[in-house]
Amino acid sequence: MNSSQKNRLKDNAFKYFGIGCTLFGLLMLAIFLGNILIEGIGRIDWGFITSFPSRNPGKAGILPALIGTLWIMGLTAIIAIPLGISAGIYLEEYGKKNRLANILEINISNLAGVPSIIYGLLGLEIFGRIMGMGGSLLAGASTLSLLILPIIIVSTREALKAVPTSIKEASFAMGASKWQTVWYQLLPASFGGIVTGVILALSRAIGETAPLIVIGALAYVPFVPSSPADEFSVLPIQIFNWIGRPQKGFAINAASAIIILLLVTFILNGFAMFLRNRWQRKVKW
Amino acid sequence: MTKTLLKLLILPITAITMVSCGGKKTSDSGNSNLSGDIKIDGSSTVFPITEAVAEDYKAQYPDVKVTVGLSGTGGGFKKFGRGEIDINDASRSIKSVEDSVCKANNITHLELKVAFDGLAVVVNPKNTWVNDITVAELKMIWEPAAQGKIKYWNQIRPEWPKEEIHLFGAGVESGTYDYFTEAIVGKSHSSRGDYTASEDDNVLVQGISTDKLALGFFGIAYFEANKDKLKVVPVDDQKDENGKGPITPSIETVKNKTYAPLGRPLFIYVNSSAAKRPEVQSFIDFYLTNGGALSQEVGYIAMTDEEYTAEKAKFNEFVKALAK
Repeated sequence: MNSSQKNRLKDNAFKYFGIGCTLFGLLMLAIFLGNILIEGIGRIDWGFITSFPSRNPGKAGILPALIGTLWIMGLTAIIAIPLGISAGIYLEEYGKKNRLANILEINISNLAGVPSIIYGLLGLEIFGRIMGMGGSLLAGASTLSLLILPIIIVSTREALKAVPTSIKEASFAMGASKWQTVWYQLLPASFGGIVTGVILALSRAIGETAPLIVIGALAYVPFVPSSPADEFSVLPIQIFNWIGRPQKGFAINAASAIIILLLVTFILNGFAMFLRNRWQRKVKW
Repeated sequence: MTKTLLKLLILPITAITMVSCGGKKTSDSGNSNLSGDIKIDGSSTVFPITEAVAEDYKAQYPDVKVTVGLSGTGGGFKKFGRGEIDINDASRSIKSVEDSVCKANNITHLELKVAFDGLAVVVNPKNTWVNDITVAELKMIWEPAAQGKIKYWNQIRPEWPKEEIHLFGAGVESGTYDYFTEAIVGKSHSSRGDYTASEDDNVLVQGISTDKLALGFFGIAYFEANKDKLKVVPVDDQKDENGKGPITPSIETVKNKTYAPLGRPLFIYVNSSAAKRPEVQSFIDFYLTNGGALSQEVGYIAMTDEEYTAEKAKFNEFVKALAK
């Protein structure tokens, strides 16, 4: 066997190994989804979505948790998106490239890897106690905003970096200011990437339980929160609560709530893809 | 660009306002003008009872907002000590450290018993040799000195097989762990560390039901829900005054206290400044009136009627003393 044959063999071997790896992940996901669907799909009806929690698994519903999740997502988006994108633009386009910038950059990347419960403790002390928000929606959303800010900042920077330098230089050559360049050229061109980053970040926030439990999110809320100062529950906490119960009926409820949570995430992701595709068609160089 | 960004921001807001307005119902039905918020947190063991009580209470007093958290007995006492909650669910009594935090913050409180739970000692159904166990034997298995030493069933009783023993139990953060160690080892929060621990009892059920050599403990409700997969072991505390011989946990044996020492009371702790509020008083009264039936419904064991009356009297006295 000559060396080119050997190389081809290695190439093939890696190809099949790669297929195996891909299928492994997908298979696990399929088993998990299948399991959840079989167990939970039959329990989902309008009553399940519009009822309050109950000791009777057949009557229990997810209304306060679902609305709590939507509130948290909305508030987190309102807080984190402007902050994150602005910080990303500053760091990428305005900030000087010196040692301080390097340190900032490393720290932001590290922050993205900090366990979420640490953010919970931080949020409990700063938002909950010092700023007096208690266990409100606002405290929860602020905490989750901190959690996802690094992800938004990093992905905004990456998206801006991906815009060809020639575009930027052309804009400057036409006499545009830095802000005009960012607003009329860079942001529209990098919009798809930024939205993707934002949605990934929000998808992470939607599944978080630990930091919210730490700041005082509740498990039984008999009302629908109507202002950011209200106390709340979210779907992951409702699921966590039901999974720990001894009765089989609650395990089924948990599976159904997981389906709803997945659905919310899918809708969010679908919305992002729709926006991105629409936008990309508009950008032509 | 501006418009799209604006739309992006506005969309979630409108979506939320629409949903929350649509879902909000201000019901005027109900027979009371009581209103206010009652904040409850604490033990996940007591949670189902408090949830059930809050659910039924809401039907009668729709304007009182009762919320219940799941921070665990210890986590709940931390908040309780800072005055952040009105009532703490507890699966054990308050510890002196926790009490001193309350004192430092000028918080006085009252302990009320609301129901019983039995801790069931269980093995795998394929385990043919264990038909009963004594408290002394359980102590031998679980005490800190047993770590790495008590490894085989025949070390506990010579007639049991020389096969490994696999232990499953509550995680060290739970009130259940504190109670079990107190009752069996004699010292709260002290046991061997080399066992499979989980805060989620369903994980323990799963573990024991698939391991022939397993032995573990958890709340009786988890045994009741998984009877076909587990075998419960009667426990003998070798004290004849509370029932001779090994005793199987059941509603009766826990209620009449013969299932000792593994029958345990569950508590709620009431903050005294909260106890001055009429809605809290009415909620506690409702809890002690209906808590028995509701706790049976969610898998726990009711106290006797006399015991509930006694707890009520205790609370009324506490409230009276506060009014002075």
